[in-house]
Amino acid sequence: MQWETVIGLEVHVQLATQSKIFSGASTAFGAAPNTQACAIDLGLPGVLPVLNEGAVAMAVQFGLAIDAEIPETSLFERKNYFYPDLPKGYQTSQMAQPIVGKGEVEIVLDDDVRKRVRIHHAHLEEDAGKSLHEDFHGMSGIDLNRAGTPLLEIVSEPDMRSAKEAVAYIRAIHAIVTYLGISDGNMAEGSMRCDVNVSVRPKGQETFGTRAEIKNVNSFRFVERAIEFEVERQIELIEEGGKVVQETRLYDPDQDETRSMRTKEEANDYRYFPCPDLLPVMLDSAYVEHQRSTLPELPTDKRNRFETDLGLSTYDAGVLSATRPMAEYFEAVLAVCGDAKQAANWVQGELSGHLNRENIDIRNSPVTPEQLGGLIQRVLDDTINGKAAKQVFAALWNNEGQSADEIIEARGLKQVTDTGAIEAIVDQVIADSPVQVAQYRDAEPEKRGKMIGYFVGQVMKASRGTANPQQVNSVLKQKLDEA
Amino acid sequence: MAIEHADVLRAAHLARLGLNSDAEAAGYVDDLTQILEMVDRLQAVDTEGVAPLSHPLDATQRLRPDEVTERDQRERFQACAPATEDGLYLVPRVVE
Repeated sequence: MQWETVIGLEVHVQLATQSKIFSGASTAFGAAPNTQACAIDLGLPGVLPVLNEGAVAMAVQFGLAIDAEIPETSLFERKNYFYPDLPKGYQTSQMAQPIVGKGEVEIVLDDDVRKRVRIHHAHLEEDAGKSLHEDFHGMSGIDLNRAGTPLLEIVSEPDMRSAKEAVAYIRAIHAIVTYLGISDGNMAEGSMRCDVNVSVRPKGQETFGTRAEIKNVNSFRFVERAIEFEVERQIELIEEGGKVVQETRLYDPDQDETRSMRTKEEANDYRYFPCPDLLPVMLDSAYVEHQRSTLPELPTDKRNRFETDLGLSTYDAGVLSATRPMAEYFEAVLAVCGDAKQAANWVQGELSGHLNRENIDIRNSPVTPEQLGGLIQRVLDDTINGKAAKQVFAALWNNEGQSADEIIEARGLKQVTDTGAIEAIVDQVIADSPVQVAQYRDAEPEKRGKMIGYFVGQVMKASRGTANPQQVNSVLKQKLDEA
Repeated sequence: MAIEHADVLRAAHLARLGLNSDAEAAGYVDDLTQILEMVDRLQAVDTEGVAPLSHPLDATQRLRPDEVTERDQRERFQACAPATEDGLYLVPRVVE
């Protein structure tokens, strides 16, 4: 039988606010345990939560970025459950009236196939603390620094049909939130966590199969592997006459498998009700429009503009718009040199090569966009040839000069375009290579093209790489073919 | 809507309330049945076109600027905790 996979995702994005969603405690990562958990975060008696405007603004910006409706009124509710890292006995969240309504995200698949994934809604909620299960004399340790950190939970419709689509979707969400600057998107530090809902059904069947929810998957690669494992498990189970049960599973990257956590027998165990401590949130159109005016150009728009306006290939446009720092670097180089194709080649080639080799983030690149743009200018106006340009780049990378011009000057890399000078070198090389010259002249004309490479190399070497290669080629041809 | 003994036990379990005896549970069955009867009476009112009320106050949520205003008071907070170590609150072991 042919099976179809159906995937829906809940992505929890940690918002990059300074303070918590309902208190003035810091959200900074890595502080000593419980030093950033204040009376409100701890749920001590008599405290009153007050909503953080920064978290509201970020949620609205995300909503606008995915073309979602921003309802005038949204509500906070209490989701009740007991766990030691949830000091209040409930999580303040949203259900009936979330801050962001239905929206849409475009994902890009192989061969530039594009697909729209519908977003059901996105809501604001607070994070819980952390339980440390190392043995404290048979007890568990609780760190509540993370309690009250603002999260935006983005809930998709079950629109994805493969692990690859799910990963493309998470990448798209990651690009949007990091472009907006509403999250650092750091998956290793837990700034983005995914719950994946997976089910299978016979191809052509309309109704969905029973789904399993895989909790807390926190890397692109694990999302893909967890889904692949889970799909295989469900198909095998059904083909052997079994039934998929609705349950929560955990992905174990070490074993590369998912395992049952607990059966979700009663979905409405959480007894949501409106939080009496928080009033309805009203956002008027002036507020929403103000947020709209702060939006940067978004990844999909940038990609399309790179392709249509700058004439870059689909591939180049995709790579250069993948992250905001990459796009900003590229655009800064372009602003200096004015040639998109050259800027794209240098950023993706020499620069990315060096960055990857030394594992450096583009934001910390030793070569600034202004320096790289200046270097490209000298290539474009024929001051230096491609070979010298690579030397100049290496020198800039190693901080051996402030600018391309300074390095070109100091090292005498200026391209020799004076025909007289080039002819003199060519004559010398011809005189020094009687054997090769004879071979060349004996060869069939169609084989000469390859053989001329030797002479070009010699001339370039004699000129210390500064001769203009096109000129060298034509002068050599002329002189060798003369006799 | 009728409430039964089992419903009371389930609600008590979800709220982590310890009921000491069947008689205590039976008392809740009676109380909750009366409350639900009142709710049933309210259900009879025609609420067509009336927006659900989420909060009795006719006011909207005030927003707080995104600034850190709290300082570390861990020692004071932990003074009333039954057990702490290395800055952590200690609780009976939770393993899932």
